[in-house]
Amino acid sequence: MFNGALRGLRAIALEVLYNLRGFFGTFGAGQLFFLQILVNLPYALARPRLVVKQVYVAGVQSLVVIMLAGLFVGMVLALQAHNTLSRFGAEDTIGMVAALGLVRELGPVVTALLFAGRAGTALSSEIGLMRATDQLSGMEMMAVDPIKRVVGPRFLGGVIAVPILTVIFSAMGILGAWLEGVVILGVDEGVFWSQMQAQVELREDVMSGVIKSVFFGVAASLLAVFEGYNCVPTAEGVGRATTRAVVHTSLTVLVLNFMLTAWLLGGN
Amino acid sequence: MQQTRAVELGTGLFVFMGILALFFLTTRVSSFDSQVGAEGYELTARFDQVGTLKERAPVSISGVPIGRVTDIEFDSERLEAVVTMRISSRYDRIPEDSDASILTSGILGGQYIGLQPGGSDDYFGDGDEISFTQSAVVLEQLISKYLFSQGSGGE
Repeated sequence: MFNGALRGLRAIALEVLYNLRGFFGTFGAGQLFFLQILVNLPYALARPRLVVKQVYVAGVQSLVVIMLAGLFVGMVLALQAHNTLSRFGAEDTIGMVAALGLVRELGPVVTALLFAGRAGTALSSEIGLMRATDQLSGMEMMAVDPIKRVVGPRFLGGVIAVPILTVIFSAMGILGAWLEGVVILGVDEGVFWSQMQAQVELREDVMSGVIKSVFFGVAASLLAVFEGYNCVPTAEGVGRATTRAVVHTSLTVLVLNFMLTAWLLGGN
Repeated sequence: MQQTRAVELGTGLFVFMGILALFFLTTRVSSFDSQVGAEGYELTARFDQVGTLKERAPVSISGVPIGRVTDIEFDSERLEAVVTMRISSRYDRIPEDSDASILTSGILGGQYIGLQPGGSDDYFGDGDEISFTQSAVVLEQLISKYLFSQGSGGE
């Protein structure tokens, strides 16, 4: 009985150590891989067709998920804000509360997490399968560098798509807040928009969200292609790489979000 | 080829949507839009103090919203704030001796203009000025007034 518990604890500790080692190992190797992609980016830019295709795969195909999620996040923000603020007779400010929350935090973060789930997994399993079926080695045999031809355009497509998706998410969220607050709960429309416009600053709020989303786009795309490219070339390896891509991207985005917020707020 | 066209078109549309969303965020969410109901007639009113009254704030009579504030400016000759508001043409029989005051909704709520109907048989028309106005109450002034009255009463 006691022995069994000890063995269980040991298994958990080993798992934690394994994950930590994996995370920091990824961190170092990921930076090298990032440099390798950056050096080869001019090649991807010289073939815009490939990049456009990847913006389509990463962006357009995530659009419905992002728009629906944004709409409902905005609606629930307005509902919660109304529920609490109406106790103080301040339900006029729900537009402002929802807009600030969406533009500064929820827009960039939730978009990045959804992107990791919707497009990041597709990227890493696609590249992982190319690795497992020796397509990448085949390219190398034909003197085509897979980093230039496969990884670069996919990375760039993700980097371009995430900020656009973020802006669309925030806009949909604010429309959702308007729908819930003004149309359903009956907050005065003029006050809704005027309070929002009075409190939301273009540079400090809207632009800080866009800056965050650029960083998240780089992190999410990089981790997705990295995990796929470096997967163990078996069916199980591809599955594991896909899981790791989502887990590492989510963690990285959340940690990075705190650091970026501290940096962006620290300026004032 | 056909599919490449579709992909390119879709991507272009996607980028366009992004620009549209950014435009929405910059103009509608973080600054003023000038499209406040073009119908109705305009009234102006002069106040010593408008407090935190904002453009697009509602104008109401007996608690019913009848229009919106469209413009707030400072008249540097008469040293007063000039508030322009647009009243819906449905409410065209407001006595011209009505008075306007700046009121607050709730503790944290925004400020609005409340009209108190007068008894005149003449009504406001487009471009008229409300002559009887009552300024916004500023909390600091209220407190200092109270403190000074306490001080003088004690002596």
